[in-house]
Amino acid sequence: MRKIVLTLALSLLPAMAWGGLPDRMDVDTDPHDKGSLQRGAQLFANYCMACHEASLIRYNRIAQDLGIDEDLVEEYLIFKPETQVHETMTNAMTEADAEQWFGVPVPDLSLTARRHGPEYIYTFLNRYYVDEDAATGFDNTVISGTAMPHVLEVLQGRQHPVYEERNGEQVLVDFEIEEGTGTMSPGEYRAATRDLTNFLDYVAEPVKGERQRMGKWVLLFFVIFTVLAYFLKKEFWKDVH
Amino acid sequence: MSETRSGGLVGWIDDRFPLTKMWNEHVGEYYAPKNFNFWYYFGSLALLTLVIQVVTGIFLTMNYIPSGDRAFESVEYIMRDVNWGWLIRYIHTTGASAFFVVVYLHMFRALMYGSYQKPRELLWIFGCLIFVALMAEAFMGYMLPWGQMSYWGGQVIISLFGAIPVIGPDLALWIRGDYVISEVTLNRFFALHVVAVPLVIIFLVVAHILALHEVGSNNPDGIDIKKNKDANGLPKDGIRFHPYYTVKDLIGVGVYFILFSVVVFYIPDFWGLFIEHPNFEEANPQVTPDHIAPVWYFAAYYAILRAVPDTFGGVLMMGLAVMILFVLPWLDRGKVRSVRYRGLSFKIALGLFAAGFILLTYLGTQPATDWNVILSRLGSVLYFGYFIFLFVYTAFGLERTKPVPERVTS
Amino acid sequence: MNQEGADNSRRRFLTAATTVVGGVGAAFLAVPFISYWRPSARAQAAGAPVEVDVSRLEEGQLINVKWRGNPVWLFRRTEENLEDLERIEDRLRDPDSSDPQQPDYARNRHRSIKPEVMVMVGICTHLGCSPLFRPDTTPQGFGGEWVGGFFCPCHGSYFDLAGRVYQGVPANLNLEVPPYYFIDDDTVLVGEDEEGAA
Repeated sequence: MRKIVLTLALSLLPAMAWGGLPDRMDVDTDPHDKGSLQRGAQLFANYCMACHEASLIRYNRIAQDLGIDEDLVEEYLIFKPETQVHETMTNAMTEADAEQWFGVPVPDLSLTARRHGPEYIYTFLNRYYVDEDAATGFDNTVISGTAMPHVLEVLQGRQHPVYEERNGEQVLVDFEIEEGTGTMSPGEYRAATRDLTNFLDYVAEPVKGERQRMGKWVLLFFVIFTVLAYFLKKEFWKDVH
Repeated sequence: MSETRSGGLVGWIDDRFPLTKMWNEHVGEYYAPKNFNFWYYFGSLALLTLVIQVVTGIFLTMNYIPSGDRAFESVEYIMRDVNWGWLIRYIHTTGASAFFVVVYLHMFRALMYGSYQKPRELLWIFGCLIFVALMAEAFMGYMLPWGQMSYWGGQVIISLFGAIPVIGPDLALWIRGDYVISEVTLNRFFALHVVAVPLVIIFLVVAHILALHEVGSNNPDGIDIKKNKDANGLPKDGIRFHPYYTVKDLIGVGVYFILFSVVVFYIPDFWGLFIEHPNFEEANPQVTPDHIAPVWYFAAYYAILRAVPDTFGGVLMMGLAVMILFVLPWLDRGKVRSVRYRGLSFKIALGLFAAGFILLTYLGTQPATDWNVILSRLGSVLYFGYFIFLFVYTAFGLERTKPVPERVTS
Repeated sequence: MNQEGADNSRRRFLTAATTVVGGVGAAFLAVPFISYWRPSARAQAAGAPVEVDVSRLEEGQLINVKWRGNPVWLFRRTEENLEDLERIEDRLRDPDSSDPQQPDYARNRHRSIKPEVMVMVGICTHLGCSPLFRPDTTPQGFGGEWVGGFFCPCHGSYFDLAGRVYQGVPANLNLEVPPYYFIDDDTVLVGEDEEGAA
C-alpha cells in the first residue's frame, strides 16, 4: 500500500514542481458585486461588442439587475443605432463579415461562462503573449493560434512569455510586460479582466444573484417547517408503544 | 375510533363514490408496521417527486418549443424572459436527479429488508417497471434542451439499439425517424416525454401502491405483522398510516425540501452533474464534445456497457443489468427477509453490491481510460456477482440465519 | 391505539401551527406559478411603445399601427367632424367619458390631447372584435343621421369619431384610448404617458 502511495505521489510531483504556470487561473466571480458588474459591462460594450454579441441578455435587464438607470445604459452601453433598451446585446456585424475578417464565426458570449467556466474566460484574457509569427502579432495559451486579436492590448500592454529550463525542457513559468506599453498596471489589468469575467458570468445566468438571495429565505422557511413537523410527529407518536 | 360519516357533503358523495372507503383503505385505516426506519421515507418522497415533476413539467411545456432551431433558444427564454421560468426549470432539472436518488435508495431498502420476497413479487415487478419507465422518461427529457449533451447523449443511446443483431440498424432508424437525430426525433421524444411515459408511470405507481396495500408493508425486521392480531383483528404491531406516518413523512418532506432547495438556489447545475456544461452549447451534429458522459444516474449502466469489449455484448450486459432485477424474487430463495437476521455472507455481498454500484456510477462519468475499464469490469462483477451469489447461497441452503423475533423490535 | 399521555391541546396547537406554516408555504409557492403566466420580458419588449409620425396624416385619413399586438388607430378629424361630436351627444351612452376608458388627459369631448388627432385602441369594448371605419356610409341597421364613426360587425355596436359608444347597442363602454404623448409636434409615442411608463 505504501508503495502505491509513494508511486502515485512521485508521478504527481513533476506536474507540480516542474509544470510551470497552471492551465487555468482562479477567478472570484460575485453576482452581488454590482460595481464590478457595472465596470465589466462597460468593458464589454467598449472592447468586445464590436465583434461579439451577447444576444440572450436585454439591456433593460442589465439596467435593473445592476442598478443602473436606463438612460445611462442607453448612453454608455448601447452603441448600435436604433437599438432600444428592451432589446438584447447584439452588434451590427454579420456572420459573413466575421468569416471575411477572422476566417471563423465570432462566438456569441451569452453562455460561454456556463459552457467553459469563468476561469476559462479570465485565463484567456490574461494569457495573450507576443508572437511575431501570428497574424495578429499575438498568441494565447488557452486557445493557441486564436484568430482573435488582443483587443485589450492598449490596457495590458505587450506581454512576453518567460521560459525556464527544467528537467531538460523549456517550461513557461511567467510573463513579462514590455516596458512602456499598456495603460494599466498588472494588478489593474487583472482587476479589469476580473470585472469583465464577472459580467460574462452574470450574462450567462442573470438570475444567479437573485436566486442566492431568495435561497436564504426559502431555507429558513423549510427549517421552521421541519422543526414543527418534528415536534408534531413526536407528539402523535406518544400513542405508539 | 373508526368514524362513519353519513351526513353532509361527504355523506352525499359517499353514497355515490367510495371517497371515505378509499381514504380509509389506503390512508386512514391502512395499518403499517410501527418500526419503519430512515429507509422508509423514500416511498412517499418518490411520490412527491413525481408530483413535482408533473406540475413543473406542465408549466415548462407552456413555453418550450420542440423544434430543431428553437428548442435550445426556448429553454434560455424560459430561464431569462419568462417570469420565474428559471425557478420552475431548476426545480424540474433538480427533480429529475432527485427522483433517481430517491428511487435508488428506495430500491436498496427493498434489497436490504427482502421487500421483494413472497408475497411481494408483483409489487417488486411493478417497481422495476416504474424504474424502467423512469429511465426512458429521463432519457427523453434530457434530449429536449437540445444542447450538445442532449444531442450526443441521444446519439449514443439510440445507437445502442442499433447494436442489436439483424434488426438493430432498422430499429435505430425507426426510433430516430431520420438518418441522424433530428427535429423529427425531438418531436416524438417530446410527445413521449410529456404525455405517454408520464401516463404509464402514473398508472404503474397506482398499481404499485394498490399491490402494496393488498399485501401490506414489509418492515426492517422482515416479519409479517398480520400474523399477530389483537381481538379486533388489527395487527398488534401495526399503526394507522394516518396520522402516524403522515406526520412522520412530513419530517422527511421537510428535510428533503431543505436539501432540494440548497441545490435549486445555490448549485442548480450541481457542478456539472445535474446540468452538464456542454449542454450550454446548442446541438451541433457536426462536432462531438471532447468528453461525453451520461447523466450520473445512468452512469453505472454506462460503465457496464463500456466494460465489455464488444458493442452488442456491452448492450446485452447493460440490458441484462436492468432485467435481472425483475427475477430477483426468484433468485433469492432465502427463508429470512431482513438483513438483520440473514447470514454474514449476505451482508458482505450486499455491501459489495452497493460499493460496486457506486464505483460504476463514478466510473461511468469519467473518460474511458485503461484503468477505468479494468475497474468497470470489477464493478460489473460485483453487480452481477451479487445476484449469482444470492441464488447459489440460498438455493443450496448455505445461509446460516439468525432467529427472527415474533414481534417487531423498536 | 390508546391515547394515554397524549396532551390534546398541545397536539391541536402543533397540528394548527404546521397546517398554517404549510399553508403559507403553499401560498408562496403559488406565486411563481401564477406569475409565470404574466407577459414575459419578450412579450413586454414586443409590446413596447410605438412611435408614429402624424405629420403626413391628412384630414379624414386613418392609419392603423400595432401596439401590444392590438390595432391602434390614428385619425385626423376635420373641423366638421369636431362640430358633429358636440351635435350627437344626446344619442351617446357616455358622452362625457365618465368611465375610465382613457387617460385623464384625454377625458374631454374629443377624447384626445390635440382635438384633431384621434388615438384609439381599435378593439370593440363588447367582445373584442375590431370595428370597421365608416367615415361616410351609414352602417347597416343604423337609424337616423350617421355623421361618421365606427361599426362593429360582430354584434352591431356603433361608435362616433371619438370612440364614444352610441346608446342601445351591445357595447357598454367607449373605445379605449391608450396612453400616449407628443414627443414633438409631428410624432406621437403610443403606449406611454409623458411622465413615464404606462
